[in-house]
Amino acid sequence: MFEKTLAELAQGLNNGDYSSVELTDAYLNRIKAEDGQYNSYITVTEEQALAQAKAADETRAAGNAGPFTGLPIAHKDIFCTEGVRTSCGSRMLDNFISPYNATVIEKFNQAGAVSLGKTNMDEFAMGSSNESSFYGAVKNPWNTECVPGGSSGGSAAAVAARLAPAATGTDTGGSIRQPAALCGITGLKPTYGRVSRFGMIAFASSLDQGGPMTRSAEDAAMMMNVMGGFDGRDSTSLQMDSEDYCADLSKPLDGLKIGLPKEYFSDDLNPAIAQQVQAAIKEYEALGATTQEISLPNTALAVPAYYIIAPAEASSNLSRFDGVRYGYRCESPVDLEDLYKRSRGEGFGAEVKRRIMVGTYALSEGFYDAYYKKAQQIRRLIKQDFVDALSQVDVIMGPTTPHPAFKIGEKTSDPIDMYMEDIFTLSLNLAGLPGMSVPCGQTNGLPVGLQIIGNYFAERQLLNVAHRFQQATDWHHLSPVSAGK
Amino acid sequence: MEWEAVIGLEIHAQLATKSKIFSGASTAFGAAPNTQACAVDLALPGTLPVFNGEALRMAVMFGVAIDAEIGRKSVFDRKNYFYPDLPKGYQTSQLFHPIVGPGHVDIELKDGTHKRIGVTRAHLEEDAGKSLHDQFPGMSGIDLNRAGTPLLEIVSEPDLRSAEEAVAYVKKLHAIVTTLGICDGDMSQGSFRCDCNVSVRPKGQEEFGTRTETKNINSFRFIEKAIKGEIERQIDLIEDGGRVEQATRLYDAEKDETRSMRSKEEANDYRYFPCPDLLPIVINDDYIDQVRDSLPELPDARHARFMEQFGLGDYDAGVLSAYRNLADYFETVAQVGGDAKLAANWVMGELSKFLNSNDLDIDDSPVKAEALGQLLLRLKDDTINGNAAKQVFEAMWNGEGDADQIIEAKGLKQVTDSGAIEAMVDEVIANATPQVEQYKAAEPEKRGKMLGFFMGQVMKASKGTANPGQVNKLLKGKLDALCD
Repeated sequence: MFEKTLAELAQGLNNGDYSSVELTDAYLNRIKAEDGQYNSYITVTEEQALAQAKAADETRAAGNAGPFTGLPIAHKDIFCTEGVRTSCGSRMLDNFISPYNATVIEKFNQAGAVSLGKTNMDEFAMGSSNESSFYGAVKNPWNTECVPGGSSGGSAAAVAARLAPAATGTDTGGSIRQPAALCGITGLKPTYGRVSRFGMIAFASSLDQGGPMTRSAEDAAMMMNVMGGFDGRDSTSLQMDSEDYCADLSKPLDGLKIGLPKEYFSDDLNPAIAQQVQAAIKEYEALGATTQEISLPNTALAVPAYYIIAPAEASSNLSRFDGVRYGYRCESPVDLEDLYKRSRGEGFGAEVKRRIMVGTYALSEGFYDAYYKKAQQIRRLIKQDFVDALSQVDVIMGPTTPHPAFKIGEKTSDPIDMYMEDIFTLSLNLAGLPGMSVPCGQTNGLPVGLQIIGNYFAERQLLNVAHRFQQATDWHHLSPVSAGK
Repeated sequence: MEWEAVIGLEIHAQLATKSKIFSGASTAFGAAPNTQACAVDLALPGTLPVFNGEALRMAVMFGVAIDAEIGRKSVFDRKNYFYPDLPKGYQTSQLFHPIVGPGHVDIELKDGTHKRIGVTRAHLEEDAGKSLHDQFPGMSGIDLNRAGTPLLEIVSEPDLRSAEEAVAYVKKLHAIVTTLGICDGDMSQGSFRCDCNVSVRPKGQEEFGTRTETKNINSFRFIEKAIKGEIERQIDLIEDGGRVEQATRLYDAEKDETRSMRSKEEANDYRYFPCPDLLPIVINDDYIDQVRDSLPELPDARHARFMEQFGLGDYDAGVLSAYRNLADYFETVAQVGGDAKLAANWVMGELSKFLNSNDLDIDDSPVKAEALGQLLLRLKDDTINGNAAKQVFEAMWNGEGDADQIIEAKGLKQVTDSGAIEAMVDEVIANATPQVEQYKAAEPEKRGKMLGFFMGQVMKASKGTANPGQVNKLLKGKLDALCD
């Protein structure tokens, strides 16, 4: 049962092989038994999950079941969930019980999905290793001495360890794709604006985007059919008709033009990663695709530009956590300034404070033009690079990450080294483009991810490209559980 | 040395939208604390702003009304600072690309000449909540009902040279926003408030002196007093060898003085940057034309029309056109009553007197415009005389019915039957022998004044209903006949 994909579980529910209550109960028991070694959940919502499962079974009995009715999933603890602690991985919100549902949560509730609980994450989604969480590091199910990636590390580990069939994540600079790659699962960051940000606690508003983290491209498409769509409560939400993300999954890939950016395949790239990615591209050629080298000349500027823009927005977005209305408040403040300083000083962790300071500095009078404005100019150049490239090819491929999963603690003392983990992923957030990571091999028992980048609104094409690969290969079926890890 | 003041004003006009600028919560004033603050206003984690298009329409109305450039693409920026009644830790405002660019309004000076005052810009922003410092011992209360209320901040050029000019400018803007219906103009509730930037310089010098900013003044009178006081303070300071410090000051209406709130050194670095949660507002010429076509008649135009169409004097026309609701009221009275000058006299006289003494706004007048018009009709057609009309008005004010009902009930119908009046006149003359003797003894040119006594007696005898013209004529004829 735990090796089944969402699509297979939906079939099982339809066939009456098991009820949603049985399925949910099985997952809850498995989480109880196994999550001690991974720490992938912050909160398990057993009671609510069983109530939702019961309601789903009743809906099914009444003949009103939809494609998602009764399927259990997990949500990153960044999505506000009514009546449930929504911590964002921070001490700041350890006591925050959200009084409302994020649009994404609301949509899954309406679709009849069951929420198993809230998954661990880097504090306020700031990190690439899931080590900055107030609730402790998450362990990679393939090797518990290694990180699962971040910031959606809990969602990635839960799906990889078969503690949830699928999960939601968010991606500001690679936070869906990088952990998906390091944990050997499938992750999709949609075009900016596809998935509503309402109720998704903001890190960097112009970069944040929610998306699915699943066992397969087909499951990701099923998730997108629920998650995607215009939301009047998010002004940056795309006003487009909803579409069926499953519609193009099986299209043949004959004549697909794949661009390979020379900047992504430099001599510095980890040879094992390079080898697996090249092998995957060979597979695509066998499926009828052609490849050509392209250039994204401003790739090297992406990390510095990103680490101005994202912290600048974060420094402002996180100002609301002030100890006044909700969240952490320090003991016995003597005056207002003391309340602010100690509440924020004690409530935020080191990485969050570092980014608030960087962002505050970048927006300061006298520095704004040199940093923030310049970074926005670079952002336009990077976007133009992709627009130019995608006028020549259908999709762009490369490694999702420069390395496989690294050891817990290995990069915590060197933030810059950590930031470089997202070198291939964060350009897409700057450009607002959709991207996927699919498992494409292993090295030393650790998964390797292939990143597939598409044009704006080309999610269906990305899912098609990923699905055909998964029809032809078995990498996405590898399981740390059945591998005995 | 002769000094010259240089004044620029920033006016915050609260836009009269039903809901807030970025949320669906109500903007109504006076609700219990925090009952009109939704998740967005409380800045709960994950909430996002959605711009209220009605605020845009109102801002563009203002821009068109002052002949300003309208920003085809305006952008919301975040102004970052910490304060307990600022829930997000930033105020959403427009720094770099405001919705309204340069425009102007004309004010009338005391000598009757006109002066054009430049408006630099007007931008949309959200209001903050309120901190209540005196209700909880050792703590402050926060009321976020006002948080997110839409404001239009209107920034003038430093074109004003005296407190009187400043007040004339503020009154003109007040007339414009209330006429447009985009602001209720209620200064006591803070719907229309003013920050005054004041500096002084030796007359003839081109360079500006150091300015101070006095914040949140909420009446025309306080604006005038605060500016006057600040000009005097600055001149005294400089003449005593001191220097004006650039600072933000607060006007204390009770003490009638300004005092320093914070100096330039204590000022925040607001770290403005474009708000990534909101898209730029892009509007086209069609939108602006539609707004222009929807504008009501503006105060200046109405003022001119009142003079031309109704023959009102400049002052009366100015007073009656300054507030849209007052102007509408007046026009209705004039139309129903069929006499604009009479209507102007009653609206500015009896009605204003009653409104002021009861501290009521024209909208709250218990006597509606149509009803007052009906009363004036009865005055015009001689059903009642002026004295009775005032009695009827008071009764109408007290809710005793319409003019005709009250005239009937109180028996105030004017007596025009000359036989009845003559009988009363004869009786008064017969019973006032001493006064008749005095009248006879007086010089003919002084007799006119003495007629008043007899008039009063006859009117009293008729309970105020006798036609005064007829009484006067009869009295004069009969008394003068006695003198022959």
